[in-house]
Amino acid sequence: MNDAHHFGGQPHAGGGSSGGSYRKDLHTYVWGLALAVTLTVVPFVLVNWHVMTTASLWIAIGLFALIQAVVHFRCFLHVNPPHEHVDEMLLVLFTVIIVIMMSGGTVWILGNLHTRMY
Amino acid sequence: MSGETLGTNPGFRLRANYHHINREDEVNFGFWVFLMSDAIIFGLVFATYETMTRATAGGPGPKQLYDIGSVAIETGALLMSSFTYGLASLALKYNSGRRAVIGWLVVTLLFGLLFLGFEVHDFLTMFAKGGGPDRSGFTSAFFSLVPLHGLHVTSGCIWMVVLIVQMLRRGIDEDVKLGVQRLALFWHFLDIVWIAIFSLVYLGGLA
Repeated sequence: MNDAHHFGGQPHAGGGSSGGSYRKDLHTYVWGLALAVTLTVVPFVLVNWHVMTTASLWIAIGLFALIQAVVHFRCFLHVNPPHEHVDEMLLVLFTVIIVIMMSGGTVWILGNLHTRMY
Repeated sequence: MSGETLGTNPGFRLRANYHHINREDEVNFGFWVFLMSDAIIFGLVFATYETMTRATAGGPGPKQLYDIGSVAIETGALLMSSFTYGLASLALKYNSGRRAVIGWLVVTLLFGLLFLGFEVHDFLTMFAKGGGPDRSGFTSAFFSLVPLHGLHVTSGCIWMVVLIVQMLRRGIDEDVKLGVQRLALFWHFLDIVWIAIFSLVYLGGLA
């Protein structure tokens, strides 16, 4: 069967011959900008006014950053399964696993070492 | 580039539909592989920075060195540049003409240069406060991470100038089009790295 159609979706939205109207595409970018501005302003305000304890601030900053990264991938890089860029999403998720293992492992081991030394 | 072409990439599935792959998909997917390897490099430099945040050796720390106002302006400039690059991509996709594409790229370039200007100003302020890269493990780690992103933005700006010159001389041909698409991936990717920098380094350090 035609599984390329099932997985592939449209060609790259960045150019060429894919479907969709100009208004619809512009809409995606405007939404991306609006969401990104909101998700940026809130943590800056929280930190500037220091409305919470440091630990809860860190959690809030991390959550806002994660959501904003997803918004950027979705609206600016058009990683938008199952319609667009399914392969790229697999690549990104694989990279995320690698980064979690290597960076997370580094922070874990060195943090552990740090607490043992003092 | 007919409607026949489906978005399959040779990297993930060499299947019966391999002949459907066009050059655009192939080249852009290869660039995605580069971006993700770059993401791993950034991830490891981030990890180094996180392990070094307390290693100030009696020198100035994040709260003495970082300026939240300046970081807010840099963040805004980079975010706007991502949006205006999106408008350049749309102008290219819908054949709005060379002037529209070049116009939005120039606006993007100006936002990129604004970002770099404020960043250099930040670094000079840190030097003046005695927080240069030779001061402590913390400042060394800072100056390996944040200027690494700045260098990426600088090379993105140079690439943008090259594309603008190519468009002025040759018009919009297939190579220029692919170049604009790949720089779009690079530019939006750098904005995502910046999310991690302003969250982990600046906001995390000032919280």
